Amino acid sequence: MKFSRRWLEHWLGRDIELEPVLERLTLAGLEVDGSEAISAAEGVVVGHVTEVAQHPDADRLSVAQVDDGENTLEIVCGAPNVRAGMGVAVARIGTVLPGGLKIRKSKLRGVVSHGMLCSARELGLGEEHDGILELPAAMKPGMPLAEALELPDDVIDVDLTPNRGDCFSVLGIAREVATFMGDQLGEPPVSEVPESTQHGFSARVDDTVRVPRFTLRVIEDIDTQATTPLWMVERLRRSGVRAIHPVVDITNYVMLEYGQPMHAYDLDKLAGNIHVRLARPGETLTLLDEREIEPDSDTLLICDDSGPIGLAGIMGGASTGVDENTRHIVFEAALFTPDAMAGQARRYGLHTDASLRFERGVDPMGHARAQARAANLLLDIAGGSASALIDLVDTPHLPARADVTLRQARLDKLLGHEVAGDTVDDIFKRLGFKTTRTKNGWQVTPPSYRYDIAIEEDLIEEVARVYGYDRIPARRAYSEVALAPDSEGRIAEARVRDTLAARGYNEAICYSFIDPEQHARWDTGAPGPTLANPLSRELSVMRGTMLPGLAAAAAHNLARQRDRVRLFELGHVFEADGERLVLAGIAAGRRLPEQWATGADDIDFFDIKADIEALIALSGAADEFSFVRASTAALHPGQSAEIRRAGSRVGVVGALHPRVAQASDIEAPCVAFELDFEGVFAANVTRTAPISRFPSVRRDLAVLVDDAVDAQELTHAAVAAGGALLQSIRVFDIYRGKGVEPGLKSVALGLILQDSSRTLTDIETDATVAAIVQALQRDHGAKLRE
Amino acid sequence: MQDLDALQQTAIARVDAAADVVSLEAVRVALLGKKGELTALLKQLGQLDPSERPAAGQRINAVKQAVAAAIDARADVLNAAAIDAQLEAERIDVTLPGRATRQGSLHPVTLARRRIEAIFAGAGFGIRQGPEIEDDFHNFTALNIPENHPARAMHDTFYFGDGRLLRTHTSPTQIRSMRDEGVPIRIVCPGRVYRCDSDQTHTPMFHQVEGLVIDRDISFANLKSVLHEFVERFFEREAQLRFRPSYFPFTEPSAEVDVLMDDGRWLEILGCGMVHPNVLRNVGVDPEEFGGYAFGIGIERMAMLRYGIPDLRMLFENDLKLLEQFR
Repeated sequence: MKFSRRWLEHWLGRDIELEPVLERLTLAGLEVDGSEAISAAEGVVVGHVTEVAQHPDADRLSVAQVDDGENTLEIVCGAPNVRAGMGVAVARIGTVLPGGLKIRKSKLRGVVSHGMLCSARELGLGEEHDGILELPAAMKPGMPLAEALELPDDVIDVDLTPNRGDCFSVLGIAREVATFMGDQLGEPPVSEVPESTQHGFSARVDDTVRVPRFTLRVIEDIDTQATTPLWMVERLRRSGVRAIHPVVDITNYVMLEYGQPMHAYDLDKLAGNIHVRLARPGETLTLLDEREIEPDSDTLLICDDSGPIGLAGIMGGASTGVDENTRHIVFEAALFTPDAMAGQARRYGLHTDASLRFERGVDPMGHARAQARAANLLLDIAGGSASALIDLVDTPHLPARADVTLRQARLDKLLGHEVAGDTVDDIFKRLGFKTTRTKNGWQVTPPSYRYDIAIEEDLIEEVARVYGYDRIPARRAYSEVALAPDSEGRIAEARVRDTLAARGYNEAICYSFIDPEQHARWDTGAPGPTLANPLSRELSVMRGTMLPGLAAAAAHNLARQRDRVRLFELGHVFEADGERLVLAGIAAGRRLPEQWATGADDIDFFDIKADIEALIALSGAADEFSFVRASTAALHPGQSAEIRRAGSRVGVVGALHPRVAQASDIEAPCVAFELDFEGVFAANVTRTAPISRFPSVRRDLAVLVDDAVDAQELTHAAVAAGGALLQSIRVFDIYRGKGVEPGLKSVALGLILQDSSRTLTDIETDATVAAIVQALQRDHGAKLRE
Repeated sequence: MQDLDALQQTAIARVDAAADVVSLEAVRVALLGKKGELTALLKQLGQLDPSERPAAGQRINAVKQAVAAAIDARADVLNAAAIDAQLEAERIDVTLPGRATRQGSLHPVTLARRRIEAIFAGAGFGIRQGPEIEDDFHNFTALNIPENHPARAMHDTFYFGDGRLLRTHTSPTQIRSMRDEGVPIRIVCPGRVYRCDSDQTHTPMFHQVEGLVIDRDISFANLKSVLHEFVERFFEREAQLRFRPSYFPFTEPSAEVDVLMDDGRWLEILGCGMVHPNVLRNVGVDPEEFGGYAFGIGIERMAMLRYGIPDLRMLFENDLKLLEQFR
């Protein structure tokens, strides 16, 4: 909420020093978003336009004669609203305006201008710039503008939390300042309204639970020529509200001052009396902003005999609003309860100043005060005669503050600090809470406007807040500590991250929502659910794979002269009905950083496979994993594999499909992988195997097999045939070419044989190797190469 | 035996003239080898008169030993020279960078999150994680934010239109943990959270660590203590904190915490408060018997402060120029 410092000072009855007050408000829980000093430039004075003539050489310029109290200045002006008889702000020659513009005597299309007539924006007062600032004609020429506009001033902007609806007014802020700074504020008195007209106008409310109070006052015969006084225009402007019509301005002014939203109807436009009721099927309503809505059946409407004329507590209707011809008006000040308003503004996308206040709770006892203030302001400004107040009240249903009990022991325990009883008494007094002492503490009646005080903890917060959070000492808690469980059955996420970082990967974090089209291109499975209210289509569907995000990150870096990219991410991916933790990585470009000692080779499948093997090894169960040729839409069909653990799919690795690479703007060779975290990193606790003290024997074999036979098929067959003596097996060469028939390849296997209890004999070794050769021949048509 | 002296002189001269190990070996073979000149002299001893043999044998052996000693000495000199030459030949430029790959890095958000987790884990806090797609109950209702509560406007929530939503904080994990494990409880819940907001200082996805302690005797004073200690541990320096009254539906009293920056400004770093009795009731805990505090820390903010990252959005660009600055 924005408001003028001078307005606040008026309520406090004293001048304030800005900084300490802002600090106090902040420490009271009203976060000050900022404050802006406004002042009138020296040399700007009130002027009176005596004559306006068309500029001889420019259609859009006028030449005005302006009385500045000392001289009559000839000033060239481009504003459309300049006219004889108006009051203006004149910047005399030599003035420097807030924007830094220095006013000089200057020639405009041949006419010398002796100053400048200023707009609100040029004066640093507000945003309006569609014409020059208009001052009352009666204002004395020559008066410094600062004096005329109550300047200098400050605009204070307070960010209110939803619980403090009572602070949504200058009065509320003043109350808070008074509580914390010791001012005596008291309740503002309700001034008398001279009632000089009887009017048969009336209203009826169907649902007094939702609308426990509804007040109206008719004011007849106002002066249609009246204008809003400058002081009100300025205060409204400093609250960010633009003055438009005295009646509307008064409703806004009273709302800002007391927190009571008000509405004004043109009495002549009303058909019959007012009826407050729920919407009926098929009804429509055109609002003040010209929007037409079809209200739901749980929406409260203000109606007359013709139908709906206002959306209760949110916005009035277009058909009954006041305009420049309005002579008779009706002021409405209602109480729509927070329950009745809940969700309504959001449903219609209309968060108005009124709805914000009603949702948070408007003082049920403040209506007469607001109505009197509005009537008296209007009588002052535009004359007319007021009727008596129509106050439709269902007292039992008025939001009432129930008494709340506060136990001293509970207060001390929750705060961890003893606050003396007398201090608590004083705090409640300053807050305007009525209290009675009980055996254990207090019985408290909060004021009608404090909707947020309902339970003991609310009172404890109030006490702590006024007492000062800073005065509560910090003290360590002493609690029992149970030792935390620590499972070795799952590799810690930290270990996995560290492993990849040590292998040269940089960790990335991508958004969890992506572009559905991008997702479809990767098509590694169905995406997760789609957001109903995404920020944009590009961020609208929950990712079912992390690869699109990583590919975009890789492309981002490749486009910035990086010739080598290694990225990984650990995060959730989503399915229609669930989510799981996934580790994904991508590598593109060179195998090694450019350097004197290394070649310029690009990465291939096996570089990344080595990284995956390192990760798999963390599980302590590398034997359970296998790589099986498989393809997905996004990966190269000849260079991708499914990673299985004990037969179940736990991941995928492969070179990017050229089509996907192209669409992702990745020109460098690129390999990516994605692993299901729980599947891969469920770990076996190591059980140490016996270490043989006897020498091992190595035998090498080269076999010729069909090119389509994968190496893993050979090693699996060899392991099966080799029995307990075969300790390990390695593929140390693959050869195609001269000496090997086309369509075949030579695979060289290194076999390590060892027994745990004795040195192997040649006979045993030969028998094992023979069994392996036989198995390779039988299962895969392998021929021993001589 | 004049010629033996001359022979010795000549032999030693030949030894000393050997320029390398190979030619020295040739000289050794020529002199002392099976067919060497000195060996030949010894063989000739048999031709002498037996009475002359011992003296002559002694003389020849003396010459032989002298020559052998000269060869050994020469070999030492030549070996030393050869090693020197080898060392000289094997000289490398030790200022060239080491062969091989490059170390990767962890994301600054991960680094900050680890610090936070480690600090609290050291004080006996368990670490709990939960789903990112939540339901209305766990994200709002259980946390004392009923439907249509104005506080829901504080959370710009992403919805799926079927009652599910992206969690706006990690508090739902606290609800789940309290339900599953009961109280007393002492946990921190790190993870990704989402708000429908994007500008210079907001990203639609960010990370939080929320803490929760529920026990029989936990006070606001304890909350102040733990957060003050946390901030000092995290930044590894003394810190001045300011607890400001604020409002969260799930805590009462509530506070926002500012830390005093070097330039004298207060900067908001976290929100906290005493757990609202309705939240405890919602998970079946009697607020008369148990109570405690909760806090929420934005990991990005902590990472930015700790590592001097000027713009939040940089954290999600995944530009290697940023990522490579970390370890």
